[in-house]
Amino acid sequence: MYKLNFNEEMCFACKTQDCLVRCQHLDIDQNTARAEMEKIINGEDSFVLHDCVTCYACEEYCPHGNHPFYLIVQRQDELGISPLPEPLVKRGIQTGIPFRGEPEISEIKGTALNMGVFSNLMDHVQGKLFEGLPIMSHDPRKMFHYFCQLMYLHYGKTSLINERLVNILETIAAHKATELIQFHDECYGTYTSYAPAFGIEVPFKSIHLFDYLYHKLLELKDDIKPLNFKVAYQRPCSSRLSPDMHPYVGKIFDLIGVEQVKREYVDENALCCGATILGQKKEGSRRYCVEIQKKNIEDMKKAGAEICVFNCPACMQTLGMPVSKNGIMPLFMSDLCRLAIGEKIA
Amino acid sequence: MNLDEYKYKDLIHRCFRCGYCKFPTHWDDVTNCPSYARFRMESYSNGGRLWLIYAWLTGEIPWSEHLTQILYTCTSCKSCVEKCPLSFNEDIVNMTVAAKAAMVEMGRLPNLVKKFFQNVQLYGNPYGIDAQKRSDWMNGMPVESYGGQEYLYYVGCEGAYDTRAQKAARATAQLLIDGGVSFGVLGNEELCDGNEVDMMGEEALLENLATRNIQQFSDLGVKNIITLSPHAYNVFKNKYPEFGGHFNVYHSTQIFADLVKAGRLSLPDKSGARITFHDPCFLGRWNDEYTAPRKVIKAVKGADFIEMDRSKKGALCCGGGGGNFYTDFLGGSEESPARIRVREARDAKADILAVACPNCLTMLEDAAKAEGLDDQLKVMDIAEIFCQV
Amino acid sequence: MSSILNALMDIVGEDYASDRYEELFTYSKDLGTSEPQWPEYVVAPKRVEEVQKIVYLANKEKVAIVPLGGGLTLAGLALPLKGGIIIDMKRMDQIIEVNEQARYIVVEGGISHGAITAYLHKQHPHLMHSEPGAPPAATVAGNIAIHGQGDLAHPYGFNTDMINGLEVVLPTGEIARFGSCAVGSGWYTMHPLPDLGFFLGWNGTTGIITKVSLRLFPYKKIREMDVFSVIDEELVPEILYELSHLGLSEDLITTSAAIPPMMNRIHNTSIIIAGDYEEEIEFKRHMIFDVTLAKYIHSGVGGIGAVSMERARPTISKSADWKKGGGFEYVGSIMPVSSYPECYRRGAEISEKHDIPYTVLGRVIGCCHAMMFSWFYAFNRADPETVRHAREALHETDEMVMEINGTIWKPAVFGQKLMMDRMDRTTLQLMKKVKDLLDPNGIMNPGNWEVK
Ligand SMILES: Cc1cc2nc3c(=O)[nH]c(=O)nc-3n(C[C@H](O)[C@H](O)[C@H](O)COP(=O)(O)OP(=O)(O)OC[C@H]3O[C@@H](n4cnc5c(N)ncnc54)[C@H](O)[C@@H]3O)c2cc1C
Ligand code: SF4
Ligand code: SF4
Repeated sequence: MYKLNFNEEMCFACKTQDCLVRCQHLDIDQNTARAEMEKIINGEDSFVLHDCVTCYACEEYCPHGNHPFYLIVQRQDELGISPLPEPLVKRGIQTGIPFRGEPEISEIKGTALNMGVFSNLMDHVQGKLFEGLPIMSHDPRKMFHYFCQLMYLHYGKTSLINERLVNILETIAAHKATELIQFHDECYGTYTSYAPAFGIEVPFKSIHLFDYLYHKLLELKDDIKPLNFKVAYQRPCSSRLSPDMHPYVGKIFDLIGVEQVKREYVDENALCCGATILGQKKEGSRRYCVEIQKKNIEDMKKAGAEICVFNCPACMQTLGMPVSKNGIMPLFMSDLCRLAIGEKIA
Repeated sequence: MNLDEYKYKDLIHRCFRCGYCKFPTHWDDVTNCPSYARFRMESYSNGGRLWLIYAWLTGEIPWSEHLTQILYTCTSCKSCVEKCPLSFNEDIVNMTVAAKAAMVEMGRLPNLVKKFFQNVQLYGNPYGIDAQKRSDWMNGMPVESYGGQEYLYYVGCEGAYDTRAQKAARATAQLLIDGGVSFGVLGNEELCDGNEVDMMGEEALLENLATRNIQQFSDLGVKNIITLSPHAYNVFKNKYPEFGGHFNVYHSTQIFADLVKAGRLSLPDKSGARITFHDPCFLGRWNDEYTAPRKVIKAVKGADFIEMDRSKKGALCCGGGGGNFYTDFLGGSEESPARIRVREARDAKADILAVACPNCLTMLEDAAKAEGLDDQLKVMDIAEIFCQV
Repeated sequence: MSSILNALMDIVGEDYASDRYEELFTYSKDLGTSEPQWPEYVVAPKRVEEVQKIVYLANKEKVAIVPLGGGLTLAGLALPLKGGIIIDMKRMDQIIEVNEQARYIVVEGGISHGAITAYLHKQHPHLMHSEPGAPPAATVAGNIAIHGQGDLAHPYGFNTDMINGLEVVLPTGEIARFGSCAVGSGWYTMHPLPDLGFFLGWNGTTGIITKVSLRLFPYKKIREMDVFSVIDEELVPEILYELSHLGLSEDLITTSAAIPPMMNRIHNTSIIIAGDYEEEIEFKRHMIFDVTLAKYIHSGVGGIGAVSMERARPTISKSADWKKGGGFEYVGSIMPVSSYPECYRRGAEISEKHDIPYTVLGRVIGCCHAMMFSWFYAFNRADPETVRHAREALHETDEMVMEINGTIWKPAVFGQKLMMDRMDRTTLQLMKKVKDLLDPNGIMNPGNWEVK
């Protein structure tokens, strides 16, 4: 069994309890935070385990790089506390079961782009920025063999992630790529944050999509025509697992000449898209979800955003339509970059 | 031919015959397959045809003249592909083409189809007219022979020989001259492009034509081709690469759109006209080009541009594809697709039905006459709206 | 050329009558598991007078006639069991009248449901009809000849409950009208004349439906599908009951399927809601999820599977390809909603026995007055063994429906017999008398609903 590498001493000695104090969804003062963290560390029940909306943000708020969110989820798992109702958990678990044959393993030399469980989004990885990159998981029928499983953090199921990740890693490793650009930053988070935290060995290096895009754009600098759009960025939960990659958002925007609008829900204060909150058991979850979505979109509108840039396909699915109904065009980051180098997007 | 040798043997039985493929984009009606619209029997619907082909390949039904007829009424217009919900939808037209190929191999074909192939073989065009008359269309025009100009203007068989289509060929040449485009033509050396031959399943003849054309184009150093016909555009662009021919291919309307944008054409004044546009299958559904022709038409001064009920991906085929402009298997009825189409243009209250394909031009003009609409509805190639020579 | 073919060609024109092998082959099969049944002629009339002449001809020649619409029942109901003439009705596809204010549309019987929907979208964007979940090529007459149900089944019942008038060519060739149109007062109501309802649900054995007036209903601008999921099938009836009490949805359908795995052993109820305003939609979502279904969510036994999904025209045809073989057939039944759990369990067992991934679906009809429950069996057309399994599964399901006191919907001949075996004798005899009276020569779709 994999064990979460959580430094309890460090946590007891923490002067801020930022993880819970800064939580956007629970109103917790520092004393309560300390007491509840202690319970959680000791394997006892805490209201946090029931009320957590699983936005991942505490993973970023912890000033010590400890893993409060992984700890919360692990405890939920051990104590059988699920934020979601049973049918959604069952459905979620079954969703990850591959059912359309075994993947074809072809050897890849060097670097590849890993689509993970989003093989049907190949339209968004076209053109010069991706030219010549071998693609892993390009076949939607086989994509669940490449599913990083991190989604189950929303389901209170670290054990399931750990159990399934072994096979996934084996499949990916069989391709023998040494370096993977992760299309989804949930995959990136899995292989650079979650796996190390649980002592799971990862036999390849991961590159964040934005890191890749930024450097590729630098190479194609001569092709860039500033887009001059005003954009808002919808930060996904998984980006909380790689805060060191977040600055690439600003760097890319600068490079392609778009202005990131000044708004309240940005960077560390970004609001979750609400997809997982919608169905949670806790009373009022659906309404709360509607409320934060509204706040989020109003905020983008007030700031004058013309485009909402997405990183995560799930956020896109949840917020894409609502933002466009509000006159803001939803776009994947990769597509925005393609526009900047004069390419047409699908 | 038996099922095992058939390219789509693992797919063809998977058609459910559910009939989604009968519909156009906005589900207007079950009549968007020109062959089914004409005959209205299930055997002529795409699903019916696929089931017949499967039964034939498995020996459940024998070959018959009528079976070939049913196959050859498919115009390869690709409308069925748009709505078929199954995963293999991209291949459903190819399934019929492959079955035609099997019939070609057996040598059992409708006489008119045989004649079509023979003419192409002997004369380089389906009409069986002397190759030395191929350049007649440009009599009296200052058109140069190709010799290193920027573009080759490939006219194609209809434009070269059909008296009505010749006018479109001339108007197109004139517009290119007016726009200052550097181009030349092959004159009597031009040879059938092979698109129809391909859609009619004569693979060997296609290969022969493609190889000869590619050889000629390459010898002359052709890099860029402008075609009058979307059919030629399609085969040059999508098939010739398989035979080693890689050229930059443009349909004339794409060049016109650029010329209009650059202000290099004088725009005609058609005050009060109501123009609608009939999308040619080989420009639209086969090559996804819906905007260039519309840009050109919309540049016409004083005219209103209107869409018919069925347009773009949902356009009803004129019934001329797959050699039907020659074999006319879909003709002879009020429900011939071209006649349905001109009635649709009339219902849209158009007085000009613009086309971008010499096949559509002749099919639809004949239909307008048959419907008695020729007084109120002019069928014109887009180039002809700009200039008539 | 035979004299019948000649006569048919005289009636409809040469192009629209055939006795050629290829046409007969095509019309000898339908999409399901039925064995082929060969017609001798196929004819496609355009006008009611042509239909009438064909019927006269058939009576004269004592040859069977079988009206055919989209041919999409799957159950072989328009296959010519006793040969004869297939009348393909799809050229009778005109829209005759729409009365926006009185909310009805009069159409010819062979028009497709897809065409009606498209026409209303364009010309009368505030109106809709109840389109069945069948492929859109399904015809209006074919659908009412088998008591179909569609998009508006939950509030308004069977599609045959939404009829304002009918025109029928009787088996003896006369043209009869029913409803207010019979007294020349327009097509706005079926009642209050004495009920002569001998045509709906009769599989075309009592006449050929040539015109139909269909009720139309308000079409709201925004329409979405929300999904509520449970694991315990026993909860489905009460959830549907509560949702129908609330009464805010256009359509309520519960499904469960072994494939994809995310559906396996989970029951997903699609709740279709519509509104002209975003507030209206949010109010409905609120009443449904935060009020009516809240208790299931908080206790963890039910969950919001999705909201705001696009309500697209269903493409159940795709399920035909699960076995990569372009085929499926289903048993439909009309059941009390309370039977959902048993229907599901028994169906899953039958599927398993025949090595077919189970798929079941229950659609609420009326205010939970009943549900159309169906069991889907996919097969590979190219593999006779899978066809045999599907056929057996269908028969076992028919029998099971009878065993649990259900009623088979659009039964194939096998199921028709099961139902007639159990039918009240007086009713059965009345059916026979009606049939004998209307169709003395027994030419109309013989073999269907045939009382021996
Ligand atoms: C994927 C799929 C999904 C389906 N879903 C639904 C659904 O949600 N709801 C539903 O109701 N059905 C459904 N069906 C069943 C069926 O397709 C429909 O009921 C359809 O409307 C039947 O119409 P049709 O035109 O295809 O009838 P046909 O199959 O052509 O005919 C049905 C019966 O009516 C008779 N008939 C046809 N035309 C006439 C006429 N003019 N006068 C008298 N009798 C006539 C025929 O002889 C036959 O007995 C589905 C089928 C499929 C394949
Ligand atoms: S080709 Fe596709 S849409 Fe057409 S009948 Fe076959 S399965 Fe249905
Ligand atoms: S390609 Fe056109 S003519 Fe051929 S089956 Fe499809 S829709 Fe009909």
